Amino acid sequence: MNTPANTIQDFTNREYKWGFITEVEEDRIPKGLNEDVIRLISQKKGEPQFMLEWRLKAYRHWAKLEQAEAEPKWANVHYEPINYQDIVYYSAPKQKPSLKNLDELDPEILRTYEKLGIPLEEQKRLAGVAVDAVFDSVSVATTFKEKLAEAGVIFCSFSEAVEKHPELVKKYLGSVVPYSDNFFAALNAAVFSDGSFVYVPKGVRCPMELSTYFRINAAETGQFERTLIIAEEGASVSYLEGCTAPIRDQNQLHAAVVELVALDNAQIKYSTVQNWYPGDKEGRGGIFNFVTKRGLCAGANSKISWTQVETGSAITWKYPSCILKGDNSVGEFYSVALTNNYQQADTGTKMIHMGRNTRSTVVAKGISAGHGQNTYRGMVKIQKSAVGARNYTQCDSLLIGDKCGAHTFPYIEVKNASARMEHEASTSKIGEDQMFYLRQRGLKTEDAVSMIVNGFCKRVFRELPMEFAVEAQKLLSVSLEGSVG
Amino acid sequence: MSLLEIKDLHVKVENHEILKGIDLSVNAGEVHSIMGPNGSGKSTLAQVLARRETFVVTAGEVLYKGKDLLAMKPEEAACEGVFLAFQYPVEVPGISNAYFLRSAVNARRKYRGEEEMDAMDFIPYYKEKMKLLEMDERFMNRSVNEGFSGGEKKRNEIVQMAVLEPKLAILDETDSGLDIDALKIVAKGVNAMRSPDRAIVVVTHYQRLLNYVVPDFVHVLVDGRIVKSGGPELALELEDKGYAGVEGEAVRV
Repeated sequence: MNTPANTIQDFTNREYKWGFITEVEEDRIPKGLNEDVIRLISQKKGEPQFMLEWRLKAYRHWAKLEQAEAEPKWANVHYEPINYQDIVYYSAPKQKPSLKNLDELDPEILRTYEKLGIPLEEQKRLAGVAVDAVFDSVSVATTFKEKLAEAGVIFCSFSEAVEKHPELVKKYLGSVVPYSDNFFAALNAAVFSDGSFVYVPKGVRCPMELSTYFRINAAETGQFERTLIIAEEGASVSYLEGCTAPIRDQNQLHAAVVELVALDNAQIKYSTVQNWYPGDKEGRGGIFNFVTKRGLCAGANSKISWTQVETGSAITWKYPSCILKGDNSVGEFYSVALTNNYQQADTGTKMIHMGRNTRSTVVAKGISAGHGQNTYRGMVKIQKSAVGARNYTQCDSLLIGDKCGAHTFPYIEVKNASARMEHEASTSKIGEDQMFYLRQRGLKTEDAVSMIVNGFCKRVFRELPMEFAVEAQKLLSVSLEGSVG
Repeated sequence: MSLLEIKDLHVKVENHEILKGIDLSVNAGEVHSIMGPNGSGKSTLAQVLARRETFVVTAGEVLYKGKDLLAMKPEEAACEGVFLAFQYPVEVPGISNAYFLRSAVNARRKYRGEEEMDAMDFIPYYKEKMKLLEMDERFMNRSVNEGFSGGEKKRNEIVQMAVLEPKLAILDETDSGLDIDALKIVAKGVNAMRSPDRAIVVVTHYQRLLNYVVPDFVHVLVDGRIVKSGGPELALELEDKGYAGVEGEAVRV
């Protein structure tokens, strides 16, 4: 239907191309949260007893925190209090209990992913990328599963992992982010409904890029997924997640948890292109993206690398971190966070050095436009045991216009005198002289801005897998549309 | 019809009148030099022609190819063939010279409704122009002007000019900060650009660049006005007598 009203709406929302809604029959439970809801979720998923018990423990912990009003308030973001009883905690597209192949998947959902540029039919996929597609509360498809299985790699939905590999789930679930970690981690542990699971066995280099595409579709629903990636001794894997959501006036809560475990000589590279609906130009609607991500470099010489491009969400609260426990282990964090219109982001990392000669690198680029508020919050902690630890932090902010803000809160805690720490920070504005130079060479204002911004982010983009680096560049230009002049 | 026709141009910056009525006409195929002391308004004139928006035109008219240049945005003027070699070239961190310049080439092509040039065709063309200015090919992959010496920046401007093939090239004190060898290289590059369908306006303090790039016309700009125009001999006269001397004469005339 192309009524004039729709056309105007399309026009004002033209920056966000992923805002459509898919009509599918949903299996959703009533709003609200209590122990019965937890039991119901667990029952719907046919989970073993240990999962239900873990969820209940998490719920009770969360309920206590909620009663004590212990929702974290220290972040530099502002929003109306969330009514946790006004959220639907489980919504799934109705489908056959178990799909044998993609033909059985609701064609509407297949079309959704096609529209998002993620065709699930394997032959059409970029060679070398396997996808797990999470639609609202559940994983609807995982591609290339068999091919990965040949290499011994397990890549499946979290639910399937609970069913088929309970011993691995039991061993690692909550081992890096315990349910008691923080308010949102506790909530996630209680109600999470799906997510991705990756297990790379000893000595195996995962033969293809793995990725999960998260899509929120249903209204008034929270999305709570959980990802667990385990790289055994000498294993390596590169994983990418992408996310989008429809345009809705109401804020929606997304509280995910990601846990990574790298054993001796293992490497995990985790990249995110986060593009949840950011809200409209007046700041109405948008996703609250409250996420806990942490990696444990458990083994010697292990390496965990986080790369994130955060362009979406009304509010982002996210600190992908590394615990560098193994000697000589390496943690990296490369981040681009962009806030336009009324978006707010409080993001950064924690690097906890425990092992000897552990090294970490932090490169954070914040871009603020419109009324956007962008905060870098980072902690580097060198424990007493971390002899010879090194950290390099670079933290740059770029301002576009004069109504936005950039804030930086670096915390450094050193308990071993042998540590070497470097911290560089800069704040710059896209200057009139720079704009004039580029425009004098023939570039339009918006192309000039996008070129300056892409140059600013280059150090981070080059950490992304090739195809996604190109996507990320485009995404940045689109997200900045209309921010100048 | 002249390529560029400036009539009674008045320009203000922050309520301060910098240009107080400039008249100048430049034909394709000509090289004009605008000389004058510090603060006379030379750079302002150069930047107004390139459409820098911080300058406010309070009166006058500028026709370029018969069109109202003052109604154009900087990128339009650029795509119509106006090029400014900056006095202080700006750095663009993270963007390579090759990518930057190819984007500029393609912006023009798009403007003219032509097909864009791909990297395969662009690179050899670019290398050829770099060779002319004796710039190491490795500059191609370095960020635009970042970490360049003063001389390298100026040479890079002329490489850009050579690649973009403007109709009207304005050189804003391209010679300042160049040693004699670099000056000769730059002059060689500029001379190679002289052509019957292109005009070049050289803005400078000193006569020394004009020993190598011999202008057809020299204009002396003092306090926002062109006080004297003449042939290349005027530049030599200036060198001899100084601006004060020439200005005095102009007033007497």
